[in-house]
Amino acid sequence: MSDDVFDEVGLVAKNLHASYGAVEVLRGLDFEVAQGKVSVILGANGAGKTTTLRAICNMCNSSGDVSLGGVDISRLGTAEIVRKGVAHVPQGRGTFPELSVTDNLLVGAYVRKDKEINDDVDRWFEIFPVLAERREQLAGSLSGGEQQMLAVSRALMSRPKLLLLDEPSLGLAPLIIEDLFTRFTNLNKETGLTMLVVEQNANLALDMADVGYVIESGEITLSGPADQLKSDPAVQEAYLGA
Amino acid sequence: MTWNFDILPDFVFNGLSLGAIYGTVALSLVLIFKATTLINFATGELAMIGAFMVYVLHMEQGLWLWLSILIAMIISAGLGALIERTLTRPFDPADHLPVVLITLGLFLIFNALAGDIWNYQVRLLSNPFGKFPSWVPGLGGDRFVMVLGSRLKYQSIGIWLTLALALFLLGLILNRTKMGLAFRAVSSNVESARLVGVHTGRTLGFGWAIASAFGTLGAVLVAPQLGGVNPNMMATILIYALAGAALGGLDSLGGAVIGGILIGLIQAVLVMWLGVVVFGQAYMSILQLAAAFVLILIVLLFRPSGLFGSRRVERV
Repeated sequence: MSDDVFDEVGLVAKNLHASYGAVEVLRGLDFEVAQGKVSVILGANGAGKTTTLRAICNMCNSSGDVSLGGVDISRLGTAEIVRKGVAHVPQGRGTFPELSVTDNLLVGAYVRKDKEINDDVDRWFEIFPVLAERREQLAGSLSGGEQQMLAVSRALMSRPKLLLLDEPSLGLAPLIIEDLFTRFTNLNKETGLTMLVVEQNANLALDMADVGYVIESGEITLSGPADQLKSDPAVQEAYLGA
Repeated sequence: MTWNFDILPDFVFNGLSLGAIYGTVALSLVLIFKATTLINFATGELAMIGAFMVYVLHMEQGLWLWLSILIAMIISAGLGALIERTLTRPFDPADHLPVVLITLGLFLIFNALAGDIWNYQVRLLSNPFGKFPSWVPGLGGDRFVMVLGSRLKYQSIGIWLTLALALFLLGLILNRTKMGLAFRAVSSNVESARLVGVHTGRTLGFGWAIASAFGTLGAVLVAPQLGGVNPNMMATILIYALAGAALGGLDSLGGAVIGGILIGLIQAVLVMWLGVVVFGQAYMSILQLAAAFVLILIVLLFRPSGLFGSRRVERV
């Protein structure tokens, strides 16, 4: 395959299974994220959203095919998958509470070997001035919204091809959620960053997404273009409170 | 009861130098605990093996003492990394019991192995800080200097300087190198560390390596106080170091050093000076170790995170 395959294919998951012990959490998911686009996976608590992202990064007991830009990554370890260009913001922020804000960003660039790491740190400080103000503070002392900003910046410090976001809205005030999602949308529009978001907040997520999937008990029950899903009666009833 | 203040400085100096040694060994414990939340019970015996390496290289093979210490620290580091790779990495990091049992097993194995090779007699090991070097004006060749009417041994000064240098180097490694950053990241959040591409296994191996090298340094420093090296030399030191680490906070490197020093002071000043000298209770001297245990209990009961440790926040 040629090197520019990723230009079209992005992330493709086929027949993704995952289990915790005897409990099967994912039962053969098929989904994809086209390059430069945003896909969202909607689902209730326990539907398997978090596990889906963990399965992509090989952080749980999973099987199936996952490829990034046409390259199979399903047999790689987590640290290698990160080197292939996947950045994952886990649920509950995933910052390093005992490290300073600056060190959080620096460790985000752990897989990079170029000389522009410090420039990128400065760039994130420009984008999120509140982080710049607290650069020497320990990440654990930040507010929830600030930690989410830090977690996203930290993830993007690796200059990923694909960003995985696990319920970024969880536990944040509505105004902060809106601000965050605006920033995600801008990131996608301005830099062409490919994103896979799992969310319960269907409204905001579908607004931002190009393609949506609904999972229930580890199976995809509905999928399609985001605007189409938004007007789907089943989705409206289950997730949009219509 | 006689308040014998004129000999108090003697006890303070002694407590500070013992404490610095406890601090060094406590650092070894805390480095591994920080990253894995495991107590490595083999810390002391690994350090003892390191001290015997110095014995072999220096006393038997005639290598320069400091070069022997350096080589022993490097071999200890390799041994520590090897133990991490072969005996702890295959186990689920969330399940502590198997690994703690393994470190207990290593404790027994190393002790028996050393006993078999070198038997249990105390063997003399040169003191790296026996006499002031000749270039120190007015003191060259002396074993001590008079301070506040008491003898401040060159050995104590040497121990303090060594610990200060080791702490400085450790700070450089942890705060200025990429490996150090990875180690701090793994200590703070293993899962996120993996998600930024850190090879957590290798990083823990690095932690074990540094911890083992520190342990060996502690054993070499303590040997002269015990008359030399022997397979049981670290047994009680480990208890004091554990007490120091618990007091300082098991996940705080600075706390480990301060905790270790406080334990040394408690042992020398509270138990020996106050108990034995002032109150004339000679039996107190055999209660030094008990005091360490009591302190561990008190800390665990009333302040489990220690003086400088972070309270673990469990997120749901």
